Amino acid sequence: MTQEEIRATVLRLLGDIAPEADLTQLKPDVGIRDQLDIDSMDFLNFVIALHETLHVEIPETDYPKMATLNGCVNYLAALLEAPRT
Amino acid sequence: MPILGADMTAGTLVAWRKHPGDRVQRGDIVAEVETEKGLIEIEIFVNGIIEKLLIEPGTTVPVGTALATIREEGVAVPVAAPPAAAIPTGGPTALAPAMPVPAAEMARRRISPAARKLAAELRVDVATVRGTGAAGAITREDIERTAAAPAGTDRWARLRQTIAAAMTRSKREIPHYYVGTTIEMHAAMTWLAQQNSQRPISERLLHSVLLIKAVALALREIPELNAVWANGQAAPSQAVHVGVAISLRQGGLVAPALHDVDRQTLSELMRNLRDLVQRVRAGSLRSSELTDPTITVTNIGEQGVETVFGIIYPPQVAIVGFGKVVERPWSVGGQIVPRPVLTATLSADHRVTDGHRGARFLAAVDRLLQEPSRL
Repeated sequence: MTQEEIRATVLRLLGDIAPEADLTQLKPDVGIRDQLDIDSMDFLNFVIALHETLHVEIPETDYPKMATLNGCVNYLAALLEAPRT
Repeated sequence: MPILGADMTAGTLVAWRKHPGDRVQRGDIVAEVETEKGLIEIEIFVNGIIEKLLIEPGTTVPVGTALATIREEGVAVPVAAPPAAAIPTGGPTALAPAMPVPAAEMARRRISPAARKLAAELRVDVATVRGTGAAGAITREDIERTAAAPAGTDRWARLRQTIAAAMTRSKREIPHYYVGTTIEMHAAMTWLAQQNSQRPISERLLHSVLLIKAVALALREIPELNAVWANGQAAPSQAVHVGVAISLRQGGLVAPALHDVDRQTLSELMRNLRDLVQRVRAGSLRSSELTDPTITVTNIGEQGVETVFGIIYPPQVAIVGFGKVVERPWSVGGQIVPRPVLTATLSADHRVTDGHRGARFLAAVDRLLQEPSRL
């Protein structure tokens, strides 16, 4: 999966969480939660959606790595490249 | 048309889910009603057979209007007219009259002659007006405001009006008192992190669930805070139905009930909270969720605030507020160490309890959160 495909997937799932948001205006290096006004329940639903879509395990301790769009994409790219156990 | 909140005066029947001749059981969804709080599924509270549907979909009627008749034990009785809150589901029974109030009588009782005259002049349907006067009475100002509203005023504007009416009534009628305390969250957050590291992603817990459960268990110790004010006195509830303040993405909030919170495991509570939040934001709630709360919990710490002083949602007699979990210097065994803490507040009705009991309640919440594995 390419970085662009991961980015598209992330944006699609964020769109499901915050359907009223204009994701084209999302700043890639600024916190997602503040920009989209999503709370911990929304973020948990986002992580669950990533898990179900990309089949990745995301420990809670890694949530800070997913704070921004770029951080999220880079984190997922690394996770998808890593050998699955 | 059931009363789906102290501030509701009318609702629009959107669709019937049952038809004449259908057998229904208590808890079945019989209709869908549109209110400012979204599309609400109306539950039935008796067993029987639907006899006649009295209201056509698309019709807006005042609360108290009979929507249908049901044949119960050989006798036809109006249903859906008694507010769903009157259902004796373990909650307080004094939330609503035992018999439906005729619509005309309700309308007479809630609007002054001057306001009624003005409504006729301005062609305003009083059934759609939210009263802000004493005991929810419709005033001339309410009529003028409704008449001035642009046609098609959207749901969010009406929701804002609904919140305004309820909060104005609360501040006018309920003598609030406030107490607060700082709770060390080290044990709770450590336990939560350890739990979540072992749980599948879809079963992870949020710390909000611990707070809600701690409130529910503390109410067993201070039960007078778990009540509604009705007919000039407090009516304690045996069941603990916690209303959870949930913000809507478009603005505004609702506080539907999580039922029997004190009896649920944390996993059950998390599943039910997740489901409730999703349905709130999708605009799909059940009537009992709007009528049953016996206390409200509001947690807006995620918005960055450390303290929230809530306004009681009538007819409840208390609201508990939680702020942000922040790291602060804390004294542990004579040493200053960093610890996660949060501020808990209680706003309560001074007609029902006093600060002493309120303080005991918050102390119980604190104590319960120090032993999260027992929640």
